[in-house]
Amino acid sequence: MESFWGILSEAFTLVLSWDPDLVEIVGLSLRVTLTAVGIACLIGLPLGAVVGAFRFPGRGAVALMLNALMGLPPVVVGLMVYLMLSASGPLGVLGLLYTPTAMIIAQTILVTPIIAALTKQVVEDLYAEYADQFASLGVGLADRVGALLWDARYSLLTVALAGFGRAVAEVGAVMIVGGNINHVTRVMTTTIALETSKGNLQLALALGVVLLTLAVLVNGAVMALRASAVRSAYA
Amino acid sequence: MRDLASEFTPLGPAISANDVRPPLIETRGLCFEDRGQRLLDNIDLKLRAGRLTVVLGANGAGKSLLLRAMHGLLNPTEGEVLWQGRPLDRAARRAQAMVFQRPVMLRRSVRANLRFALSVRGVMGRERARREAEALDLARLSDLADRPARVLSGGEQQRLALARALACGPELLFLDEPTASLDPGSTQAIEDLIRTAQSSGVTIIMITHDAGQARRLGQEAVFLHGGRVAETGPAARLLEAPRAPAARAWREGRLYLEPPGAGPVHQVI
Repeated sequence: MESFWGILSEAFTLVLSWDPDLVEIVGLSLRVTLTAVGIACLIGLPLGAVVGAFRFPGRGAVALMLNALMGLPPVVVGLMVYLMLSASGPLGVLGLLYTPTAMIIAQTILVTPIIAALTKQVVEDLYAEYADQFASLGVGLADRVGALLWDARYSLLTVALAGFGRAVAEVGAVMIVGGNINHVTRVMTTTIALETSKGNLQLALALGVVLLTLAVLVNGAVMALRASAVRSAYA
Repeated sequence: MRDLASEFTPLGPAISANDVRPPLIETRGLCFEDRGQRLLDNIDLKLRAGRLTVVLGANGAGKSLLLRAMHGLLNPTEGEVLWQGRPLDRAARRAQAMVFQRPVMLRRSVRANLRFALSVRGVMGRERARREAEALDLARLSDLADRPARVLSGGEQQRLALARALACGPELLFLDEPTASLDPGSTQAIEDLIRTAQSSGVTIIMITHDAGQARRLGQEAVFLHGGRVAETGPAARLLEAPRAPAARAWREGRLYLEPPGAGPVHQVI
């Protein structure tokens, strides 16, 4: 086995030389994860805002469910989506198993409760401050959700980031429903798992470097945005 | 400002005592209880249009609760609030506005705060832009229009809150200690705004702890004590020669800790 530093330098060479395999894998990872987080935001943000800003029967149960679902184990989600999409499953006719779409579905299920539960918390705190003013103005339901989401936009960026972090680093669900097929459904995490077990540590480590860099970049961008928001008292 | 309220019938400053129109807003036997404690007790008030009524009383007398109940933010345990003789409905509440002690500033620019309130009230397009500009001018905030509202000073925030409420063209404006914790300059700016609003026909009900302010602005006065109306009357008279013991103590700056007075006063002011 080569030395650690040897592997590391080869990994960096792969990254810096813009290796085609690496680029393809990173590209698919981002496509799957960003799409899943996008869909999860479309569902989770309004859902969280409604649960956070309205009193209705069963609200406590919904909040409890969202919190419980935040901790869904990825392999369980993968298994459930697998059962739904497999040839004998209810959605088998769609032929989606082992496609990027199946991976997007699995990650969306994984991330939506996280987005919704965290949004609920953010919106609830903000609404405590706005409630009287909104009641006084007679703000309607849709306006209320819209205004709360807009005014909490910088906090919700962090929420979306939490969802992104969860999805991009997740391996169990995408492995089960995607199948880790070369050039089709191979993403960063599944490749790392596979190449490590094959002993191809350079590619695995190169992907690890990319994942880490992505995490730092995305977090940095969000932190910078939030800092500017705090300066203008929008956060 | 005059334009803001021009859609409403202008009302003369003095309304004759034999005015037969129903009062603008009225409470009948209004009670509010929380955890077995009666915080508002059988409040009967009739307030006529166009007047500025100051609501006085010690902390915990029920002043804020009364305003909140009249504005429909609080459901009374018993009794009712009537708007022009009819129960308080959505349309009636839309004819009212309220400014809170601590102004609620949306996390947006000054202008966007105004825009939001106007949009909620269905004012759009050119009319909205016109009212925005008018409100900014009225509150003397035109130069700060694009600044985030939450970085304004306390006085500027309260001016914005007041201008935002007035931009919606209310017939009745509730003010809950609008100048609490403001310096004299800011207080004067707020009082000027209140006078302008009143002179353009907006009826105002205002809580204040400041006897000087009550004297400067008030036409009518309501004195609450222990959740009951202790005394009502013309502000000048009530402030000069209060009859209720609690009101007398308040005026003389004495602490008044006796149980609530003999009973509610049912009086038209």
